[in-house]
Amino acid sequence: MTNPVLKVTDLKKSYGAIQAVGGVSFEVMPGEIFGVIGPNGSGKTTMFNSVLGQISPDAGAIELNGKNITGLSPLELSRRGVGRTFQTLQVFGKMTVRDNLIVAAQEHKGSMLSRMFSPGDSGLGAKADALIDQFRIRHVAGKPAGTLSYGQQKLVDIAMAFMAEPDLVLLDEPCAGVNPSLVGGISSLLKELNQNPKFGRKGSFVVIEHNMDFVMDLCHRIMVMVEGRVLAIGTPAEIRGNKEVLDAYLGN
Amino acid sequence: MKLLNHKMATVFTVLGALLVLVAPQYLKNYGIYLLTYWLIFIIATMGLNLTIGYAGQKSLGHAAFFGIGAYTVAILMKAGFSFWLGLPAAALICFAVGLILGFPALRVQAIYLAFATLGFNTAIWLVMRNEEWLTGGTFGINNIARPAILGYSLEANRPYYYFVLVVTLILSGLLWGLLRSPWGKAFRALRDNPIRAESLGVDIRNYTLLSFAIGAVYAGIAGALFASLVQFIEPAPFAVGASIMMYLMVVVGGAGYFLGPIVGAAVGVVLPEWLRDVPFVSNWYLPMFGAAVVVLMVWLPDGLLSIPDRIRDRRAARDASAARKIAAGVAATKRVGAAS
Repeated sequence: MTNPVLKVTDLKKSYGAIQAVGGVSFEVMPGEIFGVIGPNGSGKTTMFNSVLGQISPDAGAIELNGKNITGLSPLELSRRGVGRTFQTLQVFGKMTVRDNLIVAAQEHKGSMLSRMFSPGDSGLGAKADALIDQFRIRHVAGKPAGTLSYGQQKLVDIAMAFMAEPDLVLLDEPCAGVNPSLVGGISSLLKELNQNPKFGRKGSFVVIEHNMDFVMDLCHRIMVMVEGRVLAIGTPAEIRGNKEVLDAYLGN
Repeated sequence: MKLLNHKMATVFTVLGALLVLVAPQYLKNYGIYLLTYWLIFIIATMGLNLTIGYAGQKSLGHAAFFGIGAYTVAILMKAGFSFWLGLPAAALICFAVGLILGFPALRVQAIYLAFATLGFNTAIWLVMRNEEWLTGGTFGINNIARPAILGYSLEANRPYYYFVLVVTLILSGLLWGLLRSPWGKAFRALRDNPIRAESLGVDIRNYTLLSFAIGAVYAGIAGALFASLVQFIEPAPFAVGASIMMYLMVVVGGAGYFLGPIVGAAVGVVLPEWLRDVPFVSNWYLPMFGAAVVVLMVWLPDGLLSIPDRIRDRRAARDASAARKIAAGVAATKRVGAAS
């Protein structure tokens, strides 16, 4: 049996008297797109931020490829191959789109001292161009990212997370605020990246998203969270057919 | 780096090179002195531009490093050491103190960081003023000699100018190289979005500290050259007001524009001296400068060097809207054609 890329065991986090996450466990397998759904306030983002080192959990263990990464800083996690996007747009507004992509991977090459004498694109130009073409943002590649439309910035934002070829990518609401016509585009991009043979392996993603059609179409397995707990984990079909989930979240 | 179009850039570069190379031959002593003064402030504000303009760290303590550089050279030379020991010592001490000043920036940002650095500047200034045994207090240190290089004296204003010019060119080249390297992108990423930068593996702690330390080195070298230029130093030029003025020079020139400090320092130190003898203007220079800065911040918040970019953006927007109009016109004609 293959080992999970990400293994979260009994994760807990409270804010004062409010328990945001109360004992969440799940595993993400290599090449898997793992969806996380649940109503607002169900603890999805707290779980995400604990895994990503933004906040430190009160209890529980987080393992990446069998190694304990609980409480590591975002910087350390990036170095160990964890990529992420944020719920809101997070691009480098005054830098060009191409530079946004290059800077997203350059710190993974060489030492800080060697980078002082490296070429400006760190030898990442070709890779950035390949992603620019894949994401169909060639026409804006030379523009400052902050001047782009919301949808274009969202594409840049997502592309950045993949520049360093991370083992695991956590995407926090990749479709939030995106024009419905682009949702399908993002979905097929993520499927492409998941299968990407250039990666040398399949990508493993965790996706938080409220857009149910998107999640059901994209994800291999889905975890439903309600009030800080796991209500169910299963394939899209299983989740759709789960009575508890229907009652608590999906409705009829 | 898009500053101007290529033809204009070439013309400006040639004119600028001619000015800095040839002008001293036709200027009197004071004019040469003033040009040297300008170059020294270019070096200092280049460093501050790295800290503020590229790395986004709002520092109001730059004059302290300028002073540390000046006093290091002055004190060492008074103790009998050579200028050539004093200069690297000034750079090294500023690097170390710059690193230390970077630490508050890891905890606080924006206006809070500005106040923290301002406090640092005040503390350093008080040391300069009160520790008479070391700094001479308000009497300062006088008769600071100018160095000689390979037996060739830089005592006169003209050779000293050319020496400072060479240092300015070397330091500009080094900064240009640094900003073109991946470091330049890391600094900009830190400025634009530190949280995202960290999530992508940018060590924001190291880059924050180094943006202060490298900026401080430039100020330190500028201070060392300043001590030798004016040959008499006292605490006044290194007070908080000077830091604010340097910050203004960076902003007026254009923070994050490589050539911004050249323009900023010209507006900040050369122009007021030139205008000093112009009747009416002389008495009103500071209020006029202040008013000009207010106007500039409202209309050109990115500084004087953002003007070409502004013009280009406006032209691009106009062309785009014209193209849309033509396209709409063509479509309308087609519809009419199809209907008839």
